[in-house]
Amino acid sequence: MAERPLTGERRAFMAGNEVLAWATLAAGADVMYGYPITPQNELMHYWTRLAHRFGREFLQTEDELSAGFATIGGVLAGKKAFTATAGPGNVLMQEPLSMAEMMRLPVVVIVAQRGGPSTGTVIYSQQELNLTCFGGNGEGFRVVYSTSSHQELFEYTLKAFNIAWKYRFPTFILGDGYQSKMYEPIILFDPEERGWEMVPARPLLGLPGRPGEEREPVHLRNTFNLEEELYEVVMAAAGDYARAAADLAEYVTFRADDCELLIVAHGVVARAALAAVKILRQQGLKAGYFRPITLRPLAEKELREAAGGARLILVAESAYGQLERLIKPSLYGLEQPVHGYFRPGLGITPEEIAAEAAKILNSAGYGL
Amino acid sequence: MSVQARPAIPRSWRPETKPHKFCPGCGHGLILKALGMAVDELDLQDRLIFACDIGCSLLAWDFFNIDSIHTHHGRTLPVLTGLKRVRPELIVVAYMGDGGAYAIGAQHLVNAAARNEFLTVIVANNSLYAMTGGQMAPTTLPGQKTETTPYGREVKAAGAPVLGPELVDSIAPTGAYIARGTVASMIQLKNFIKKALVHQIEGKGFSFVESLSTCPTNWRTNAAETWHFLEKEMSGYFKVGEIRQ
Ligand SMILES: Cc1ncc(C[n+]2csc(CCOP(=O)(O)OP(=O)(O)O)c2C)c(N)n1
Ligand code: SF4
Repeated sequence: MAERPLTGERRAFMAGNEVLAWATLAAGADVMYGYPITPQNELMHYWTRLAHRFGREFLQTEDELSAGFATIGGVLAGKKAFTATAGPGNVLMQEPLSMAEMMRLPVVVIVAQRGGPSTGTVIYSQQELNLTCFGGNGEGFRVVYSTSSHQELFEYTLKAFNIAWKYRFPTFILGDGYQSKMYEPIILFDPEERGWEMVPARPLLGLPGRPGEEREPVHLRNTFNLEEELYEVVMAAAGDYARAAADLAEYVTFRADDCELLIVAHGVVARAALAAVKILRQQGLKAGYFRPITLRPLAEKELREAAGGARLILVAESAYGQLERLIKPSLYGLEQPVHGYFRPGLGITPEEIAAEAAKILNSAGYGL
Repeated sequence: MSVQARPAIPRSWRPETKPHKFCPGCGHGLILKALGMAVDELDLQDRLIFACDIGCSLLAWDFFNIDSIHTHHGRTLPVLTGLKRVRPELIVVAYMGDGGAYAIGAQHLVNAAARNEFLTVIVANNSLYAMTGGQMAPTTLPGQKTETTPYGREVKAAGAPVLGPELVDSIAPTGAYIARGTVASMIQLKNFIKKALVHQIEGKGFSFVESLSTCPTNWRTNAAETWHFLEKEMSGYFKVGEIRQ
């Protein structure tokens, strides 16, 4: 048995991609299948070096289709398998992810969002929200964590493997180029030493015993003859997803209980939103914030409650309204106007959000 | 003197799912019979994984008393690569059509062969896309009529038929096993498949068997015409035999 990658607490100052490599190791990931794409490359680079030390596997495949399908193969074999991708790679990844979603295969995917259709801009972007949440020819029965700090990258990656293997929905860490490349202090730890219960992987194919004689063969099916058969499978998944949603949905609020303006943001932009709330409060403006940590499933009830207590809502994102579209159904019927601060492919500072918020509040006659 | 009766069907077949779902006269059932016999002779039933592509091959998802999985069109090799890499003790078989292998999944075939993955790949070459209603495949013969080449495949416009095993031969490193069989010669086909499996068991490298197959439904042929097309037209273009031992 190879040595454990982490013992005790390890304080470090590292880039997000290195954090992710340690997190996947500490989560007990057995294998990574991947294809190079910025900004996730260094995750692969760290993994190839660390995997070697800790007895884990890696294969660089011929493309993201192959990386995604090989990850499915790893999971079928009963191993904790994951992949990481971005941008156009995430587009190709949707075919295997549709299969994983339909067949309830617990793949873990790390997405480092980037702008641009094919190459170039790779730092600020939240334009892969739609794709990651709903990208396949399916219903979006996925769990998507949008992280905003290195500590979260680490802890939600540990959690992602547990959630995937417990609930059998494809599970995502949705980061971005900024988080991947930025350096930040972090405390790394072994989850079991902290008392976390790690959900084991188990084989879905290649079980012990002679099939047809000592046991039934496993025949995993993903095409159906009748619409009704497919309907049954999808409805069973829908039921499981709806029941799990209450356990899975996570969010954070700050000063949302007495705010006039509720800022909704996710991922790194939520950090700017939180800082903006503090600036606005110092200016005497009653701002608060709501940050969905899971984009799928969304904490719909809590979001609606927070929004219902405010007078105005501001959605800030490095995309053109992808988060806004995601949350609007939860706000249906509320009278509060929703403003969008959309900066597709651009970083967003606290000052920019604060200025936008002050403008909206003032023009609506609230605040100052 | 007693004569030992041959079992009517291979032991590794699943009797509950027979008769199978292929059309009468289809070659798929014969290729799977050859595979079943090879699996029986090597006693592999309890450590084999059978993965079928999308195409008429998908109808084999419950064909065997063997753990099996459906993948997506062309994506069977990466699924098995991912599985075999972490469970090397399992013997894995990819079963796919010529469209899955040489068109939509060509990049996976080329790269799995180049990496010498320990997989056994069986490709049913029936010269067209059968499941989708008889369109041109990479293997459609010059002049052959399909739904998308209604006046016959013109090589100038649509390219020449892909020679799968020869393609693999040009890419796979030393150690690979490559052959082309035909459902017209069942014992030979079974032996090719058996050798391919042994190759994988012995950890020698990639193993690849194409089998010429029949599709009377989309060829719109009667029994005699089906046989003629297989034995004269297809075998004339696609040379049957072992390419690498
Ligand atoms: C991504 C994708 N594209 C297209 C299809 C539709 N499709 C299903 S089977 C098939 C062709 C099958 O032909 P082949 O692989 O030669 O197998 P055969 O049916 O002839 O045995 C196609 C194009 C699909 N299922 N998935
Ligand atoms: S359509 Fe052709 S390949 Fe498909 S089952 Fe029928 S005969 Fe076989």
